[in-house]
Amino acid sequence: MAKSIVQEFTKGLWEQIPPFRLVLGICPALGVSTSVENALGMGMAVTFVLAGSNILISLLRNVIPAKVRIAAFIIIIATFVIIVEHLMQAYTYELFLTLGVFIPLIVVNCIPLGRAEAFASKNGILPSAADGLGLGVGYTLSLCALGALREILGNGTLTIWGDLGYNLTSVFPSFQPFAFMLQAPGAFIGLGLMLCVINAISK
Amino acid sequence: MNEMIKMVVALTILCGVSGGLLASIHDGTAAQIENQQLKFVKGPAIKSILKGSANDPIADRFKIQDGDIERNFFVGNIGGKANSIAFEGSGKGFAGDLGIMVGVNLDDQKLIGVAVTTHSETPGLGAKAKDDPGFAAQFIGLPTDKDVKVTNDGGGINAISGATITSRAVCNAVTTAMSNYTKLKPQLDQKIKDFQK
Repeated sequence: MAKSIVQEFTKGLWEQIPPFRLVLGICPALGVSTSVENALGMGMAVTFVLAGSNILISLLRNVIPAKVRIAAFIIIIATFVIIVEHLMQAYTYELFLTLGVFIPLIVVNCIPLGRAEAFASKNGILPSAADGLGLGVGYTLSLCALGALREILGNGTLTIWGDLGYNLTSVFPSFQPFAFMLQAPGAFIGLGLMLCVINAISK
Repeated sequence: MNEMIKMVVALTILCGVSGGLLASIHDGTAAQIENQQLKFVKGPAIKSILKGSANDPIADRFKIQDGDIERNFFVGNIGGKANSIAFEGSGKGFAGDLGIMVGVNLDDQKLIGVAVTTHSETPGLGAKAKDDPGFAAQFIGLPTDKDVKVTNDGGGINAISGATITSRAVCNAVTTAMSNYTKLKPQLDQKIKDFQK
């Protein structure tokens, strides 16, 4: 193994940061990034599923027959997703309400399945865990950045579990919130602009 | 053949373990989830409608069978007498079902409050039906035997700007809830007596 565990982790933070670099998992990224709070919750859920399924799939990689590997991966990923869904309902119910259908949809999100197929099924437990955690944290960061952009422009506020008291209209009295940024087209434009900035920096 | 058996066995074991694990998680969290649903979805709505009640409306609840549906009624003791109830209604919103909680004073047959509980309306537009107290306040004091309508349809409720369909949906949900109330009134009067002792 050429790469160290640390490199497997850090590649998810910039080099392969989802959803920008891999352009996977776009649908929930657009759907939930209306506020930083939602983005953080979704990111943590994805991180848990990604790390858990990567570890388990890496553990079972020699036991799962090659022909039914996708079915087996989906079972493992779905199990983790349902665990997250139940825990969210039981302990962070408000978050569960706002994320709604995007939590069960993590099952068909391409990131966990993509990592299972491309990485965890070919590598040992530690690199797989680092890979899953790194991409999960990267996904969380991207969603939070997109969420912050959309929330500030769309609503003029920034909330993370309770209002931070920050309000754009108090800084710029003439600021009018773009309600448009909170809807689907605003998500596409926000994502496009961020992708543009990332490409410009890495060139 | 050997490979086939291996595949079947691997998938069967995987599904079995997964199923067992999820069943135990479901059982372990079921009670907590029900509490959370009452507390977060219905709790704030009930509290805002039956504000000033001396009892805990979530604890003092009873059920009435209405056809196939079992309806929950939450009793509020306002001003020393258990004469207010809150119950749920629903309607079709702009983007899916819209759930509301309605409060009625049993003595003068008037609405004491309306609150949106669950919805999937557009953020910033229809979603204001839940967050804007001015919109909900318009329903207070309306009689239970008249249809509730927005001003566009000849009624007295000012719609939320940009969200006429959502406003109309709330009005329809209130109207439906009121007709259910009128239908179940005899049973309600019977049940509420237990709380007035």
